[in-house]
This record gives sequence, structure tokens and C-alpha cells, in this order.
Amino acid sequence: MDEGLRSELSKQGIFTVKMQELLQWGYNTSRKNSIWPLQFGLACCAIEMIATSMARYDLARFGAEVFRPSPRQADLMIVAGTVTKKMAPQVVRLFNQMPEPKYVIAIGACAISGGPFKQGYNVLKGIDRFIPVDVHIPGCPPRPEALLHAFMTLQRKIDSDLLTGPNRARHLDSQISGEYPLPTYGDHDLEPAFNPDVWHPPVIVREA
Amino acid sequence: METLDQIKSRVEAAVPGAQLQIVPNDTPANQPSLVVDPEHALAVARFLRDDPQLRLDYASNVTGVDWLDKVTKEKVKVKKLVDGVEKEVEETIERTTPGYLEAVYHLYSMALKQGPVVLRQRSINRVDPVHLASLTPIYRGAEFQEREIYDLYGVIFDGHPDLRRILMWEGFKDYPMRKDYLPPDDFEYEPTPHDEVLERAQKHYPAKAGTS
Repeated sequence: MDEGLRSELSKQGIFTVKMQELLQWGYNTSRKNSIWPLQFGLACCAIEMIATSMARYDLARFGAEVFRPSPRQADLMIVAGTVTKKMAPQVVRLFNQMPEPKYVIAIGACAISGGPFKQGYNVLKGIDRFIPVDVHIPGCPPRPEALLHAFMTLQRKIDSDLLTGPNRARHLDSQISGEYPLPTYGDHDLEPAFNPDVWHPPVIVREA
Repeated sequence: METLDQIKSRVEAAVPGAQLQIVPNDTPANQPSLVVDPEHALAVARFLRDDPQLRLDYASNVTGVDWLDKVTKEKVKVKKLVDGVEKEVEETIERTTPGYLEAVYHLYSMALKQGPVVLRQRSINRVDPVHLASLTPIYRGAEFQEREIYDLYGVIFDGHPDLRRILMWEGFKDYPMRKDYLPPDDFEYEPTPHDEVLERAQKHYPAKAGTS
């Protein structure tokens, strides 16, 4: 149907929509308004996550108040806090155990980059080295408003998930696995230090 | 509480053969500490805990320190024959004091509300394997903290009931709190590099062509 006819019909009070768009709207809207996060926190950012879910900030307004204690029932992983190298394989394992469709929000300086511990020996320099992160929030810790903003950003992302086509969402593409390889404990560091399918070192040329 | 000198002389009387040494502290804290040899550390700790006047029943803190080899330069005047004439010449002599690993115990008395007495154990050098005596049989609370020192400094505590790594994983080879530890070079980007970080950053991101 061409756009001219469509707008002509809408003037007469007849609205047309493609079946695919309708399905996509229904599918995505119902998912984005009922996100069940995984209940787990790693450090102080988890306190902000708890605050966000409580009365004052009230995450229930966004339909995400049902924190699940099992990864099998969750579709959002909120990585709240410092991910140590010793903890990283467990975080990846939890993410692997979540059923598709699944999303990740990394809260705070530590989870996105290692934060104040970046130069240390024991902290992973960002969980996005091993699992695909949808929304990064900076801050130490970020305020609950920042987490709400991340939620709305994630909702917009879910809303724009395509059902078909080459750019369709990961969970609709049978070629892409939802499981990510676990890093192993090496002699000096995690092996591998990052998952090249998910993350690459940034290519930056230093200005002198 | 008694002064450390009094405690030292009483310990020496009670534990024959114990080699004790007082380390003075010139800082405003003015808290001298007692160095004990690892062979007698357990007996000394038992005395400190059980002595009715001290009753140091609580190890509030156990920590490790890595002291590197110390190089001291000393200027010495030496008489030498220079062109057939005897002259006084200044020479610098470098002396290397071997470094050591140290375990520091802060002991308090809950019963008599006194303390702390700072107890130290020093190793002979900082080359593997470094053995010190575990005080966990006396102070149960030292168990995890001695494990932490083992994990981060590589000090082996003889007599510890469960000496395993506690923070890093089993199979980790390094001792990260030692001053000569080199972290894995998993460095990617630092917005404001400086000092050592700048050196590493320059290795990873060579400056643009045409700039220095």
C-alpha cells in the first residue's frame, strides 16, 4: 500500500497497518512493559538498584518490579557492582542460564570499565568483555534516576527489536547462540582476557 | 598497661630462647612494636594471651608488609696513595640490606580493655618459600587474615589449619601485593594517563605520526 492511499484512508478514519508491524508492536510492547530482572548484586551499586525498586523511585512504574531469584525466570541481568576476575565466570554462567530474550544493563563505573579498580590486579575491566551489554550507566554509584533512564533506554531498544530480516533481534536468529564461553582461571589472569566475538580493545591513537 | 620493654623482659623470662627486638616508632603515633622470631612466635603469643596481667585475647588485625631490599649509600673517607702521596679520598660504599616479608599482629585485651601490642614476625629474606609461624592456634580470628597474607604475599604459615588462597583463585601463580608484582598487561584505554600508566599507555597507543 502506498503512502498516499494510506494517508487518504486515515483522513477518512480508516487506519491501516502492516501485519508485521502490528505483530512487532504487540510482541515488543508486551515484553518491554514486563521486564523481570535477575535479583543479584555484586557491590554498592546494588544498593542503588534496591533503592530504585523501592517506594520512592518505584521501578514498578516501568513494569520491572518482579526481581527473580533464579536466572531461569529472568530476562534482564542488572550487573550492579564490581565484577572481580574471580566472579566473572559466574556472572557469565548466570547470563548463559537465562532464557532468551535476555538483556544486560551494566550499572556503575566498575561494571562498565573496572572503575576505580581499573589499575588493580583483581577486577575485570568491564563485564562487556564477556557478555553483550545493552545499556551502560556511568556513575559511582549512579543515582536511581540514572537506572530509571537506563530502563527507559532499554525499553526503547526492546521496542525497536525487529522480528525478521537480517538485523532481527538476537533471540530470533537461530544462527546466533545465546550462550557465551566462560573464561577460565589462568596462571596470571582470566583466559581468555576477553571474548573477541563480543568485545575488542578500542582502537585509539593517542594524541601527544 | 606495662611498657613494651617490661613486656619484652617478662616474655624473655617466660619463653627461653625467644629472640625479641623492639622496633621504635618515631612518628606521632609513637607505637613501638615487638619483633619475634618465627620459631618462638607461637609460645610468645600463648604467653601474651594467657598472662594474667596482659590477657591479650583478641587479634584485631593481621596484615602483611613487603620490605624490599634496601640499598644504603655511605660515604667513607679512605686513605689512599694517589700519585705516591697518601691522601684522604671520599668513597661511597653501597650496602644492600636484604628485604623481608613481615606479618604484623595487633593484639588487644578484651578482658582487661587494654592494648594494642604490635607483634611482628619477619622472614629472613623475601625469596620463595617464605615460612612464618601461624598464630591461628592461639587466635582463631587470625585464620582468614593469615590466608589473605598467604594469598597476596606468598608467606607460608606453618601450623595453619587451612592454608588456601582466599581472594584469588586456586591456580593463580602470582602474589599481587608484593612490590615486584607485575599485573597482566590487559590495558586498553586511560583518558588521563600519568606516571607508570602513561608509560604503559604509550606502548599501547603510539603517538600520532608527526607529533612527539
